[in-house]
Amino acid sequence: MNGFGILKGLWITLRHFFDTYLSEFGRNRKKLPLDDQRGMVNSPGLFTIQYPEEVLAAPEEFRVIPFLVYEAGDYDQRKYRCTSCGICAKVCPTQCIYITRKKDAETGKPIPSPEEFYIDTDKCMNCGFCAEFCPFDAIKMNHDFELATYERGETHIFNKEKLGKPVEYYAKIRPVNYALEVAEKAEKAEKSTAA
Amino acid sequence: MSEQTAIHPLYAQLISKFPDSVVRDDRAGFNGVVVQPLNLLEVVKELRDSLGYDYLSSVTAADDFPEERLEVIYHLFKSVGGAPAVIKVFLGREEPVVPSLTPMYPGAELQEREVWDLYGIRFANHPDLRRILLWEGFQGFPLRKDWKEPLYEEDVKPFKSRWPEGKGERKELLNPYKDNVQYPREFEPSTVSGDVDQAMYKSLEYSDDPNSRVIKTDQLVVNLGPQHPSTHGVFRMAVVLEGETIVNLKPVVGYLHRNHEKIGERNTWLQNMPYTDRLDYLAPMSNNFGYAITVEKLMGIVPTERAEYIRVMMAELTRIASHTMTTGFLLNDLGAYFTPALYALEERELILDVFEEVAGSRMMVNYFRFGGVVRDVSPEVLKKIKHLVYNRLPRKIDELDKYISANEIVRTRCEGVGVLTADDAIAFSTTGPNLRASGVPYDIRRADPYSIYESLDFDVCTHDHGDVYDRYRVRIDEIRQSIRILKQVLDRIPEGPIMAGKPQYATKVPAGEAYGRVEGPRGELGFYVVSDGKPNPKRYHVRAPSFINLTSLAQMCKGAKVADAVTILGAVDIVLGEVDR
Repeated sequence: MNGFGILKGLWITLRHFFDTYLSEFGRNRKKLPLDDQRGMVNSPGLFTIQYPEEVLAAPEEFRVIPFLVYEAGDYDQRKYRCTSCGICAKVCPTQCIYITRKKDAETGKPIPSPEEFYIDTDKCMNCGFCAEFCPFDAIKMNHDFELATYERGETHIFNKEKLGKPVEYYAKIRPVNYALEVAEKAEKAEKSTAA
Repeated sequence: MSEQTAIHPLYAQLISKFPDSVVRDDRAGFNGVVVQPLNLLEVVKELRDSLGYDYLSSVTAADDFPEERLEVIYHLFKSVGGAPAVIKVFLGREEPVVPSLTPMYPGAELQEREVWDLYGIRFANHPDLRRILLWEGFQGFPLRKDWKEPLYEEDVKPFKSRWPEGKGERKELLNPYKDNVQYPREFEPSTVSGDVDQAMYKSLEYSDDPNSRVIKTDQLVVNLGPQHPSTHGVFRMAVVLEGETIVNLKPVVGYLHRNHEKIGERNTWLQNMPYTDRLDYLAPMSNNFGYAITVEKLMGIVPTERAEYIRVMMAELTRIASHTMTTGFLLNDLGAYFTPALYALEERELILDVFEEVAGSRMMVNYFRFGGVVRDVSPEVLKKIKHLVYNRLPRKIDELDKYISANEIVRTRCEGVGVLTADDAIAFSTTGPNLRASGVPYDIRRADPYSIYESLDFDVCTHDHGDVYDRYRVRIDEIRQSIRILKQVLDRIPEGPIMAGKPQYATKVPAGEAYGRVEGPRGELGFYVVSDGKPNPKRYHVRAPSFINLTSLAQMCKGAKVADAVTILGAVDIVLGEVDR
């Protein structure tokens, strides 16, 4: 019968609407684990996340703009893990990493530490190669994706200060990776003391 | 590869048949035969008519700089499956001309235009040889190695100014034209006047035959797009209308062009991997897959078993995500504005959640590496995928099928619209669901198996009418087959390493060429790469399925109504990131 198809279509939409309303009713997503925040398998309705009021928790491997890991020294000093070896700058597909190697003021010999470290975040494509190939675990991918600014020139070139994050932050956003790294280092240290 | 490998019997046969004009390509790492330009047509005719190579997959070119030579490379296949016949033509750098294959294989039309556009190789007897990706006022041919690009500091990455004295300046902006020799110093694009589309409109009028008019009315040229929601991006159709009926149609592309191939030739081998995500951005895992297996072919390495299973798993999840979305957006094109599309996006959303957990990004996954994948799939994610595959997806696909397939509006709008016969589909080099909807059971997973597909149990889905409705049906069937594949993969996935050898950023690729292809959601995604042993590819070509599927768009739309053109385009399923590259 002609016209029945339209009614059927409208009925589907209406049912979805009520299903969504009922499954949302009295639900607090923030307390649910990541899997259930969307109501993966059983949700009959839509599962829209009301961003920015609710934010879906990011999985550990989620990646946006890299950051530089530092360990806090005395007097709020930042001890960057970076040795300015330049592998991240070489592997970067968009070539958005600029590193200046530190030099000894008297002898002019290079010191394994970055004098300056810039990332042009306009170019960065968040591929994660820098973090993947860094041999010193000095550069990691961040989770913070709310990066909008009112100015699009200088503020989009991140310098060393802006890129630096304490090692605790790294441990917080990537707990599994951090635990693996600590275990690996302990193993290495054990080997070197045994030898 | 120093020792001469045995010559393929096909090439031996060709050489014995045409001893004067065909020689073997005996460079180390290369294969195929080199044909004299003047004899190309007869050799290809022999291949097509006597030897059964009826499917022209890829036409591309390469620059042998610093040698004064350009080459055109053809990959021909049999539509019943098997390995390619590779035909090459060597040309001089000045005024290169080669006979066009378009009269023989209509599917070469857009690809030959692309080669003309980027390499400046003229195809004699081509019906409409104009630039396609670049605009008519463009100076030079950018993929030639002696063409210098404005804005860029150096020919190849990594750039020297980044380390150890990187100052964090945007150097490329200071001197936009640098040593680009093609652009005159005072060249200013905004001052170029005149209608650059004139040639395109002319080509439309040429094919207009006044005797065929049914209604006594003026013919009218209408541009659909580029800014129009029905075109799935910045795609434009220039349509000649007689009343409501389409008389002729030209696809106009290139609005999203960024010369992916030039970027690819500047990158190192590994750096290309994240760029491939941006080709067909609805199926990034498939793009990774294609590029990875092509370079692995050249490197001669085999990924580990677990990596193979993970790869197939990801590729099939991508296919499901892409096909559900296509189905949803097809209804969008039919006028069911966005409600079905959003229902379809739900399933995609859940699959993207999986990608996000595994690869770190929802769309720009950058997940594959040469010899494996970047990180393992955790048991929790496997459990999640199992939930999807066993519970949610089959139920939702059945629901989609139930709602849409029998819907009277869908059936009246889709059945018998945009028909492409099986012979036409092969001649136009159509691939993927579009080809199979015309009744040609050609699926690369079966026709030329790669990875572990040979050991998996699944059907090649075909339908016989070749219309929009059958294209939709093929997609729904393929989702079901993908679920079937996923179930087997989840059952059998072995433990073990995910990477053959150590992960390294400087990939050593021996000199030679390779053509690798995978069955992406849109069809045959091919990569043609040439290495000269350096850290960067010498030639990097993408055979984009949706670009080549556009070749047959005019054929499908002729005689249809304007509203149907939108539906037909929706069923062809183009992704502009891949069309324009």
